[in-house]
Amino acid sequence: MLNDWLYVGIFALVSMFLPAAAISIAALLSPKKPNSVKNATYECGMETVGPAWAQMKVQYYVFALIFLVFDVEAVLLFPWAVAYNQLPLYAVIEAVLFILILLGGLLYAWRKGALEWL
Amino acid sequence: MSFWRDPIVFLINWAKGLLDGIGWGPGWATTVGFVIGAFVLAAGAMFFVVFLIWYERKLIGRFQDRFGPNRLGPFGLFQPLADMLKIFTKELITPVGVDWVAYNLAPVLSVSAVLMMWAVTPFSKTFFGVNISVGILFLIAIGGLGELGILLAGWGSNNKYALVGALRAIAQLISYEVPFVLSALVPVMLSGSMSLVDIVEAQQPWYIVVAPAAAFIFFIASVAETGRAPFDLAEAESEIVAGYNVEYSGLKFGMFFVGEFLHAFTASFIFVTVFLGGWRGPFADEIPVLGLAYFFIKTFIVYFALILFRGTNPRFRIDQMMDLNWKVLTPLALVVIMAVALVNSLFASSADWLRISALLAVNLVIVFAAERLVRRGVKTTRPEVGSRQRPVASPDNVFIQPGSGVKG
Repeated sequence: MLNDWLYVGIFALVSMFLPAAAISIAALLSPKKPNSVKNATYECGMETVGPAWAQMKVQYYVFALIFLVFDVEAVLLFPWAVAYNQLPLYAVIEAVLFILILLGGLLYAWRKGALEWL
Repeated sequence: MSFWRDPIVFLINWAKGLLDGIGWGPGWATTVGFVIGAFVLAAGAMFFVVFLIWYERKLIGRFQDRFGPNRLGPFGLFQPLADMLKIFTKELITPVGVDWVAYNLAPVLSVSAVLMMWAVTPFSKTFFGVNISVGILFLIAIGGLGELGILLAGWGSNNKYALVGALRAIAQLISYEVPFVLSALVPVMLSGSMSLVDIVEAQQPWYIVVAPAAAFIFFIASVAETGRAPFDLAEAESEIVAGYNVEYSGLKFGMFFVGEFLHAFTASFIFVTVFLGGWRGPFADEIPVLGLAYFFIKTFIVYFALILFRGTNPRFRIDQMMDLNWKVLTPLALVVIMAVALVNSLFASSADWLRISALLAVNLVIVFAAERLVRRGVKTTRPEVGSRQRPVASPDNVFIQPGSGVKG
């Protein structure tokens, strides 16, 4: 069991190492001739005005919140799904009720206009 | 004989024996074996991308009535190799004001997030990196790591286009993660395990037959997760230049491309693993190498469908894309979960064929009802552009010039 996660950890390190190594090799092979025009921020030939880390629409935040609700719900539902085959009917119906409440929440958000991209 | 039945596992065992023979402790031998295995699998995946690029360019070429790459080597097979050599010698421009760590970590993360999915997928009955008990959850978590790579790229580049592109990409990816996760619940429910190995073992018949609605949602969501056409809003060239990777050049830009191609292929083999029975096929149980062949054949069929999807569909508008996700796929996925859970429980004590046909029928009914509902909600009449009375060229007068003496 622990061995499995050792493999996953090693694989994670290796999969970070390989692209990093490729980029390092490319950095060694490639020419380096920087100048101030080439290194300027690309904005179709215009000078950049103000900081690039600008304000963003609040809409992204609303979608992130709705996403959070459903992701937390998935964390709850996955163990239920694993145990599903051993569950009696009433436990299944309880989960269905839970999903129905969520569906109600989604419909509420929809009705309130949170799902409109403006 | 055992070599021909299962060459990969044979080689792995041979290498294990070799490592044991050196006389290290079993712990060290395992660790070194893991490192070598991970290196071979990950490097193999990265070199496989060269072939994938050729396959995709060739297919897109054929869809668009072109030849695709056909100059270098047989059928243009060496074209991606030449491209690779070229991109290795391109200058890596670092623009002013970038956040160094974020800027350089992003291309690495976007590849490694995809590569790590290869660690848990069963390629045949005996050949898989590792069988962890939370395989599907691991895949979803690793998908989140790829999103982090995109956000780092957009934030670290010190460029407004990059930031807007990254935010759009994140909005798209996290939204489509919801139906992705929800439809992945159905195979977990049916097989009673989150491990990908167990899910493949349990697929008698394939889950696309048992739950086609879930498979449909899963496929659409995984196409959107790869961020390719018709869901390639993040890199809408005509609006925000190229999205989050504007400021990248040389191989750093190339790494995003490697990540994208590999992600498309990985998405198709995850679909195969979860819904198309993975390595299952005739005689795959006895001869595991056949399972490997089935796995790759199925994967390439799904990958073909994915490229066809990309080559024939125009890009969505961002509001259409969000509507498709939140107003169609997510409620549909929730309904499918409830329906499958209830029907499977009700038919739990009856015969297998009865249970499976009940599930199939319920799934089909849900898909058709959803299609009807969506059609009712969508405006089908489009406003007329221009006037009806404009002169129209008819086929019998287009080639005839007035005053040329030829009668029409």
